[in-house]
Parts: sequence; structure tokens; C-alpha cells
Amino acid sequence: MDKYDVAIIGAGPAGMAAAAQASDLGLSTAVLDEQIRAGGQIYRDVDKAAPQRGEILGKDYTDGTRLTKALRQSAVDHIAGAVVWAIEDEFRISYTCEGRGAQILADRILLATGALERPMPIPGWTLPGVMTAGAGQILLKQSGVVARGAVLVGSGPLLYLIAAQMVRAGLPPAAMIETQVRGDTFRALRHLGGAIRGWPYMAKGLKMLAEIKRAKVPRYTGATEISIEGDGKTEAVTFTHKGRRQRIDCETVFLHHGVVPNAQAARSLGVSHGWDAAQSAFVPELDEWGQSDVAGVFIAGDGAGIGGAKVAEHTGRLTVLKIAENAKRLSTQDRNRMAAPLRRALARELAVRPFLDAAYPPYSAALQPTDSTVVCRCEEVTAGSIRGYAKIGCLGPNQTKAFGRAGMGPCQGRYCGLTVTALLADANGQSPDETGYYRIRAPLKPVTLGELAAMNETTQDATE
Amino acid sequence: MKTASPFLEIESGPRVDVTWEGKTLSLPEGSNLAAALLAAGVEVFRHNPVSGAPRAPFCMMGACFDCLIELDGVTRQACMLEVSEGLVISRPSEQGGA
Amino acid sequence: MQTDYAIIGGGIVGLSVAWGLLQRGRTVTVLDGDDGSFRASRGNFGLVWVQSKGMNQPRYAQWSQQSAKIWAEFANELGENTGQNVPLEQKGGYDLHFSEETLEATVEKYEELKAKLGGDYPYEVLGHNALHKEEPHIGPKVVGAILHYQDGHANPLKLLLALAADVRRMGGKVLNGKTVTDVRQPDGFQISCVDGSTISAGKVVLAAGLGAAGLGPKMGFKAPIRPQRGQVLITEKLPKLINRPSLIARQVDEGGIQIGATNEEVGLDDRVTQPGLSGLAAEAIAAYPALARAQLVRSWGALRILSPDGLPIYQESTVMPGAFLVTCHSGITLAAAHARLLPDWLEGTHAAPDLEVFNEDRFAIS
Repeated sequence: MDKYDVAIIGAGPAGMAAAAQASDLGLSTAVLDEQIRAGGQIYRDVDKAAPQRGEILGKDYTDGTRLTKALRQSAVDHIAGAVVWAIEDEFRISYTCEGRGAQILADRILLATGALERPMPIPGWTLPGVMTAGAGQILLKQSGVVARGAVLVGSGPLLYLIAAQMVRAGLPPAAMIETQVRGDTFRALRHLGGAIRGWPYMAKGLKMLAEIKRAKVPRYTGATEISIEGDGKTEAVTFTHKGRRQRIDCETVFLHHGVVPNAQAARSLGVSHGWDAAQSAFVPELDEWGQSDVAGVFIAGDGAGIGGAKVAEHTGRLTVLKIAENAKRLSTQDRNRMAAPLRRALARELAVRPFLDAAYPPYSAALQPTDSTVVCRCEEVTAGSIRGYAKIGCLGPNQTKAFGRAGMGPCQGRYCGLTVTALLADANGQSPDETGYYRIRAPLKPVTLGELAAMNETTQDATE
Repeated sequence: MKTASPFLEIESGPRVDVTWEGKTLSLPEGSNLAAALLAAGVEVFRHNPVSGAPRAPFCMMGACFDCLIELDGVTRQACMLEVSEGLVISRPSEQGGA
Repeated sequence: MQTDYAIIGGGIVGLSVAWGLLQRGRTVTVLDGDDGSFRASRGNFGLVWVQSKGMNQPRYAQWSQQSAKIWAEFANELGENTGQNVPLEQKGGYDLHFSEETLEATVEKYEELKAKLGGDYPYEVLGHNALHKEEPHIGPKVVGAILHYQDGHANPLKLLLALAADVRRMGGKVLNGKTVTDVRQPDGFQISCVDGSTISAGKVVLAAGLGAAGLGPKMGFKAPIRPQRGQVLITEKLPKLINRPSLIARQVDEGGIQIGATNEEVGLDDRVTQPGLSGLAAEAIAAYPALARAQLVRSWGALRILSPDGLPIYQESTVMPGAFLVTCHSGITLAAAHARLLPDWLEGTHAAPDLEVFNEDRFAIS
């Protein structure tokens, strides 16, 4: 079994930057990523797509080739198409690659597992034709596929980015139904200082809004009571805007109201998480180097708290400095010297976050869905059921999981966990921290019994 | 189920034949299988095993498991597969898929 | 006194006992743990099982049989009361064998037990071909099986849900998020919790699973129980593949195949391990080769609550009369007995079941 100084999980901006730097510092490094090509979700398939449709996707996307190139030119073992399903003590990593189970060992783990779309349970969100905005972007980046006449629903910069990209592709969205209200903008102005320091982001945002306006895409801000309708597939979005009920016919809806750390692997390792009110999400408890409270486990990128691609890149490098020091490849002095410019860059990149978090808060009706709304897509458990389980004593999501199966399906709670915690916290009058989260265990992703059993033979052969 | 897909391919390249639910579809070689099926007009990938409700790709990043299909008797995430010549795929067997 | 009975432990065992006492008109307060407590009630394998139990103690076999016989009626009543169906199937279960030798040896032991039980031990031996007729997906490595007609399986989570709902419906008070630190008996019972609250009760039932190991001695019990880890797997939902349950695998009512279980002495570590999962997967595929293509969706480790001889403990405290220890490994199988029969023992009526062999006298102080 191969053994590395550090194994990095995820080949997005954090993972790629960290890997190249780790290798530069003389650490034997493996990167495991479930995609066939490096890039993560933000730079998904950038090597293939940048030459084909870089114009549409923009420079922020094509910039990712800088990182993929550095990874390619490094001595890092990039284990592509590897679905990691277990990380155990002393760091034995089990994964499936091309239908076969395999393992590597590593002294340290750097989790660069990125973000997931914040679940947005609204009526009708399980219908075919409803996707996340991130999914819409991935369709475009990876496959050059754009939905004609799509409606974008929710809030946040990603919504404008995808709208602008659709405009550039010649297939502008039919409408944008936005959930932020004027009060959010006022609250956000408190963070104007940060917004000005983060001016490049603001400028890009305004440019995108101008593109959307030029394309005459109707925008409905402050929308409420949003619901997706259709018999077996998406037929329309209905919502209330300025006191009036509206209906827009469409076949495709892209939902988005922010992204949250993908903490499945971190939680499976027992890393402590705490509720971050500004980000409305659980984030891992880390020191300033991305080191968690589990010895040898480090986290960088959006999985450590949402910051975006550039922040991910910087935190990836920063964390590797600590790892290299830990592995005695870097003196404390050198570590600090090399960290200084990264910390300055981080501060610049993060300046705009408080403004964005305040200006584009999650859609409140999707945080406390109506009783009949499905919150667990896999097991089709409704918000009303979760509230009912609170009435018969469920204080936390592991108890509602046992009572009603929410979180037991193949997605393993990725798209219901935060909602269930929010519902229980509200019903029991507790904080999200008191309520807690699902206990995450292997397999992090489903694995066939055949693959598992084949590893049994390997284990036995090794001991014989 | 074909031709009327709202999902349009903005470029064209070499295509290969795959079998979906016993029918032949011509899909872009090497493309993401879920994206290619959507563009080919496939609306329903599977039925949720609890209610039987139709489902289709939701996240496109391997997290939601709503794009499950069956390949060689194994349920797989279509969004994590690439199109190759001669794939034989179908909806997961009636109760299968979760 | 706030309540006739305080039940320490809100799992299947505690709630079953609470349910039975409420049915007799007693007031009951259940003290339940929190979301992170070790809970065998939500990690178990869900069998309502008779065969192989009590090989050295026929009374245990009988007690399991008694419970299995009244389980359906118990489940029905819970279902009617709460509208929460508790799926149960009792059409027999298998002990699968991969060698003729183990099969013969087991049959020999079953015959001995059968004689001690006066012949009430309905089982038959199926050779590979006979088994194949019953289970078309059985693999060639399985030489045969013992089919025991008193065996079956239930949905243990639905049982937990129905009990939690029905205990409340009948007026039982369930306090969640309670960790009991001490039990005293100056005047009735005073039960102190870590949050500073105190509950006073006429009688106390200690049904706290592994928690009894710490609390038991404070109440005059030996409570010599230990955790034993069982790793369990469950696949994606599949079309019908397995007809009857066995200790290796069963198909649950929702469609998934549940595969169990390891027996590991690892203390309070309830994690899963790749070698554990791989070993179980290999055994399940040997029994049902079609499972090789099934996706494993979840796995978990649960801690069995074991006494030194594996049998339940039913003991009234000699130091604190009115305090009872109720603990067992088979809370699902025994749920009906705990709900229907055990209250007579707690109340000391003439109808009390004979549970003499399950008291703590059998554990010598070493």
C-alpha cells in the first residue's frame, strides 16, 4: 500500500494549489479526486472547456488552467476518478477507482472537499427540470449544454454569474426570481467598507447585472411563496411579487441561495463543527492554519468556510505550510515568512464576504419550509414529519433519522441535513449547535458490496 | 421524448450510439452522461423508490443521487460517467435506485 | 411522589416496560438520553428471533418464544393506537451453513434443546436444493440451512417510533436529553440528572443499556454488562431478493438488504472499519451472490449490551427495594414480553413470570 506524507482529498482550487505547493516543499503527496479531470466544481473540466467556450465562461473560469498546469507539472500523484468512501485512523483511505476498491496510507490528511449548494427545499423542488444553479453552470462548463428559457430562483452572486453566462451563450434566462429584499441591501451597507476593499468583486457584479439588464431579463426581487408546479415535470414557477401572485411557464428552474461547506468527510473523521451565523452554516473548528481538532486532519478551501475560489487557493497553500512544518520540511520561521503574503491576499479576498452574506441571505421560506414540503429528497420526508418527531421527543437529527428515515438515503443527508437541524432547532427552541448534525459514517459515497468484498480478499492475502 | 429538450448543446462534435431503455441514442462522445441524456430529451432518469415520483439530475456534481441509472446491473450516478460507444443503460429496476 | 415509576432509559426496553405499566394505569416518567447517546435501539438488526437462543439455558429459549408468540398482537395494538404501522414478518428464519459439519453440529444441539423444551422447537433442515426453492438467489456455497418457524423480523425503528408516540398518548411523561447521575432512596426514589433536575418516584426501572454499568452499582446491582460492537451494512433499495431473514442478511420492508454483524470487543468504540465492512460484504455475497452488484448505502456500528453469559438480567435491588434492573441484548425480540409480561413481575402480582434464572445471583463476585 502506498504511503504519503500528505493525502489531499479534492482537486479544486484548494486541493490543486495545496498539492503543488506540498510537492514543491518536498512532501510526498497524493490528490484523490472523484472527477476524471482536475478543477473541482468551480474550474470543472477547465483544461478541456477553456479553449472551447472560454469566452462565455469568462476569465475567472479560464484562470483555473494556471492551477491545473501547476498540478500536472508537479510530482504529485493525482489519483483521478477516485471516489473516497472511508478515511480511518492512521489515515487509511479507501476509495473506488474504475470499479475497483483501493487504499493508500497518509500521515496527514488535507480535506479540500469544497462546497455544496445550500439545500433549497421549496414546494416542487424534486420535480425533473429543477436543478441547482451550480448544476446549470456545470452543464455549461463541462458539456456546453444550456437550458433554453430557464428561470433562475433564489439569491446571490452565482445567480448573476450563470445568468450572464447564459446571456453570452445566446440563451438568456426567461426570468430571475430573487428572494433578497430591500432591507437586506440596507443591512449590507453596514459592510460597505469591506465591499469597497473588495471592489474588484463589486465591479464584476455590477458588470454582470448590466449584461443581464441589456438582455432584458425580467428580475423580480423580494419574491416570496415560491413554488414549482408541474405534473411529473417542471411546468411553471409561481410566486408572490409586490403583493401579486405571478406565474412563469418554464421547463427548467435553477435554484440557488448560497453554498455551504461540504463537511461529510470532515464529520466522518470526528472534526468538531460550530454554527456560523453569518454564513448560516456549520463550519469546521480550525486554527489559523486550517488545522482541525483531530490530530493530522487539516481543511482548506470552501470546506473550511465559504470564501470562493481565490480564498480556497490561498488557504490551500497556507495549510500546506503548516503541514510542511509539522513534517519537519519547513522551519517555523520560514513557514511564517511564506505565510505573510498569503495572509495579506486572503484578507483582500475576504473583505467582500460580510457584504455578500448580508446582501444575499438565504431564502427564509426554504430554511423553515411549509409542512407539506419534502426536505429529504431521497426518503421523501416532509418538514411536517420532522416537526412531528420533535413533538415526540427528538432533540437532534440522529433521532429523526431513526424515526423517519430523513438522511438515510444515498445522498446521506447532504441535501437535507441543514434543513433538518434548522427545523428541529426551531421546534425545540434550541440553537443549531445544541441541535447538532447527522453522524456521518462510511461509506461517504455508496460502494458496491462486490468492491468491498474484493478488498476483504486483499486484506486476507496481506495477512497470510 | 426526443427533440423537444430544453437543454441545447452549443457546440457539436463526434457522436456515438448508446442504448437507453432499449432505444438507441446518439450522444456526444466523451461528454458527461447525465448532460448528454438531458440534451437528448430524457426527462425521467429514475423513479424515487419511496413514492415512485419521477426524478432527473439535480446537482450534476455527484452529491444528490437523483440521476441514478443502471449500467451492467449496477446503479450508478449518470453525472459521474462519460459517454462511450455502446453503453447499455436504463432506469434502475423498479424498486432500485436508492 | 411525582410518578409511580421512573424508567431510566428511553430505548426499546425502557419504552416497552413503560408502555406495559401505563396500560395498567400506573403513572410513568421515562428519562431519555440525548441525540448522541449510544442507542442500540436504533442500531440493531431487527430480528424477532428464537433459534440458537438459550442453548445452555432453556428458560431463555422459552422466554424468547413467549415474546415471539405475542409480538404480532403487540405490534397490531401499537399500530392501531398510533396509526404507525410496525412491520413484522414471522414466517420463519434461517441459520445458513457453509459446511455440512457446522450444520450437523448445530442440529445436534437443537435436538437437545428441543427435548428440554418438551418438543416445542419447530424447525427443519433444508439441504441446498430445498433451500434454493425457497430462496432462488441463494449461492452455491451455502450447503443448507436450518429453517426455524418461530423466527421472524420487524422494523425496529418503526417499533421505536410507535412506542415513543404511544407512551406519550397514554399519558407517559418522557423527558428527553436527560443524563442520570445518581439515584437515592431516602424516601421513595430521588433521581438526579446532570442538568440539576430531580425526579421523585415510587419505583425505578434501570433500563439504560450500557448506561446501567455505571448507575447499576450505585443502586446495589452488579450490572456486569459490557459493550460488544456489531457493524451492520445496508444496501440501496432492491427488488425482492431475500425471502426469509437470517443472521447474515435480511431484506427490510423498505427494500434495502441489511447485512450483519460483526462481534468485536472494542469497548465503547462504535465506529465502522473497512475490514469489518469488507468481511461482512464477502459473507453476504457468499450467501447471495447477486448482492455483489448492490450498492452499500449506509453502515454503522452499534454496541450490543452483553452480560457475561449473554442472557438478560432481571433483578430487584436488595439494597434499594423497588429498584429494578432490566437489561438484555435482544430488546426487539423481547419487546412484547417486556410490554405484556414484565409489568406483572415489577408489580409482584401472582401472574408474574418466573424470571428466577435471570437474576444476578448467577454472577459470582470474583
